[in-house]
Amino acid sequence: MPALTYGSQLALGAIFVTLIYGILRFANFATGDMMAFGTMVTILFTWYFQSLGISLGVLPTALLAIPFAIVLTIGYMLLIDKFVFRYYRVSKSPPVQLAMVSIGVMFVTQAVVRIIIGPSDQRFFDGEKFIIKAGEFKEMTGLNEGLAIKSSQVLTIFVTIVLVSILFWFLNKTKTGKSMRAYSDNEDLALLSGIDPKRVVMITWIIAGILATIGGALYGLDKSFKPFTYFNNMLPIFAAAIVGGIGNPFGAFLGGYVIAFSEIFLTYAYKKFFMYVLPASMEPETLVQLLSTDYKFAVSFSILVIVLLYRPNGIFKGKVL
Amino acid sequence: MRKHLNVIIAYAIMLGLIILVGIFQSWNVALSIFNMCLISAVMTMGANIQWGYAGLINFGLMGYAALGGLAAVLISVEPVQEAWVAGGFSILMSLWLIVAMVLAIRFVLKNFEKSKIRTYGIATIIIAGIIIIRVTSETSIEAIENVNPATTGFLGGLGLPIMFSWIVGAFFAAGLAFIVGKVALGLRADYLAIATLLISEIVIAIIKHEDWLTRGVKNVIGLDRPVPYEIELQTKEWFINLVAKFNSGKLDLISSITDKQSALNQLVIEGSAVFVKLCYSGLFLIVVIALLIVTQKALYSPWGRMMRAIRDNEEAANAMGKNVVKQHLLIFILGSAIVGIAGAMLVTQDGLFTPGSYQPMRYTFLIWVMVIVGGSGNNFGAILGGFAVWFLWIEAAPIALFLINLFTAGLADTHSLKIHLIESVPYFRYLMMGMGLLLIMRYRPKGILPEKIEIK
Repeated sequence: MPALTYGSQLALGAIFVTLIYGILRFANFATGDMMAFGTMVTILFTWYFQSLGISLGVLPTALLAIPFAIVLTIGYMLLIDKFVFRYYRVSKSPPVQLAMVSIGVMFVTQAVVRIIIGPSDQRFFDGEKFIIKAGEFKEMTGLNEGLAIKSSQVLTIFVTIVLVSILFWFLNKTKTGKSMRAYSDNEDLALLSGIDPKRVVMITWIIAGILATIGGALYGLDKSFKPFTYFNNMLPIFAAAIVGGIGNPFGAFLGGYVIAFSEIFLTYAYKKFFMYVLPASMEPETLVQLLSTDYKFAVSFSILVIVLLYRPNGIFKGKVL
Repeated sequence: MRKHLNVIIAYAIMLGLIILVGIFQSWNVALSIFNMCLISAVMTMGANIQWGYAGLINFGLMGYAALGGLAAVLISVEPVQEAWVAGGFSILMSLWLIVAMVLAIRFVLKNFEKSKIRTYGIATIIIAGIIIIRVTSETSIEAIENVNPATTGFLGGLGLPIMFSWIVGAFFAAGLAFIVGKVALGLRADYLAIATLLISEIVIAIIKHEDWLTRGVKNVIGLDRPVPYEIELQTKEWFINLVAKFNSGKLDLISSITDKQSALNQLVIEGSAVFVKLCYSGLFLIVVIALLIVTQKALYSPWGRMMRAIRDNEEAANAMGKNVVKQHLLIFILGSAIVGIAGAMLVTQDGLFTPGSYQPMRYTFLIWVMVIVGGSGNNFGAILGGFAVWFLWIEAAPIALFLINLFTAGLADTHSLKIHLIESVPYFRYLMMGMGLLLIMRYRPKGILPEKIEIK
């Protein structure tokens, strides 16, 4: 269950990276901080609503705040695009230069987030915490091992599935989505067939804003908001995007889960598992971990390196975007 | 002379700024900024060799710097005998097992045709190897970590003077760069950036969590120093005389002897800190100048010309018979080795090794900002970038505080906005760095001191 949740959060981020890479053609190092920005705005709105006394009952108030936050985040991204990225896009700079520029954006965004909300931990989850508590589960099923399902986990998975389905429908079925794919495939050809590049770029940023805000807010709801963790999350997100084949949203979506599951499987303590499978005399004394949890990040990065070595185009080859 | 005018002016401004800090804040602060500037300059030279000469992106600078720091620990700390007794043997056994594993993989790679079975075979060897190594080393690692865990709990080092570690650090970093380069250099530019970034994170994770080797997040403190300690200096006759001589004008104004003595004591304490920092500055300056001479020579040598040719047009250079892959690997190793030296220097200066403090923001991206701002491809530019950016990084907070006070002068001191802004002063440095980078990239894409190639 944690793996599914974490995977969904990664998947949203990875699709964000992939979209930017596919259409704007650069690796966006500001990903984590853009997500942090979206989350920050969500938190601010949540606080505002809480002070007004508005709430959604069992559901966290943040859900109500997300749409407003999306609008602001999109505004911020379009602003950055207009003042920063557009110049390099128009002058057709190499992708490396754009990546460097995105580092500048990363610094600035990080500063903005920290100046506005500070670097410390923020918890903004309210509403019902658990859907099924560990104790209740035991009573319900009669098993002697608890299983807790946090409502934020269910929420994350549900929202991700809905959002991703809408996104794929948009990319594959609507005219705008098709024009975006055409633009990503071959820019000149797309221009010749009358696709307006400005519009494509704008829509890309709008989708990116939606993804960043929701992905960031879901992560914040599930764990907690801290600008520094968001910056660190950028790395597994990149790993997920590349494992899935960068520029390929569906691959990125799956890549998120691949990374999350392998992280958890390799660092999971198998002691309990063996306790049930093996007779008591053979019960292991240590935790029987393949790797200690400290190496969680290292696992996903190693997977990435292996994938890069053997299949530089990612596991899920196929049509780009 | 005219040609180099902008270089001279830029450096004069930089030195002037540092001297201003010395006058207005204190010489102690100015010198510590200067020392860190020198270390940053070494790092930027390493990055500049890779990016400016050869166009290779390396976002893994942090990993190499940390390895340099690790070298400083492993060289200078006294060996911990009990730990060696407790678990040294099986640690050595594990090392042999790793070597055996690598050799086995090489053997399989050489002697079997490429096939699915071979791939799976290699995977089996690796997994089996890891499990065996874990089983053999686990108990001894625990034993080592239990030896006096509050002060040691690790194997310790060789007990040699710490200066050796600058060279060893370079070798450590070069070794890692060799592996990384073999694996990752074939990748496209942005993939390479991401791959190196992630590999450096892996390196940090290992350093942080292998306590038997590095004490991990428990940090190693009190590393020995290449320069005298302040406390010892304060008792030395010649040093007190030196301080008295320097400040004779000031001291003569004080008439009573007891006052004079206490004033002198105060000056000696201040002076000892400054003196130690000056010693470091001297050592670092030697390294910077030596590296500068070597890199400048290399830049204008036939080899440097070839590197630029490869950077500007890989296919053409390849067609002219240059071995692009080999040269890329070579320059990747050289650049990383220099970063490794800087890492060792940093730990030497601080006297402590804190794996937890290595963050990509500070050790990778900031260095990149330095290179880009200073001027990639130009060693003087890169060094200037190191100086200017580090100076701004430190002085950003006072500058921001000043600006905030200026702009919110109309507000009362208790106004919540003003308090909030003043609390977040440390983060304005990120804003300044980002803005600086964006402005430079937009309006002066080649940096403050752009690359100039003169054919001599």
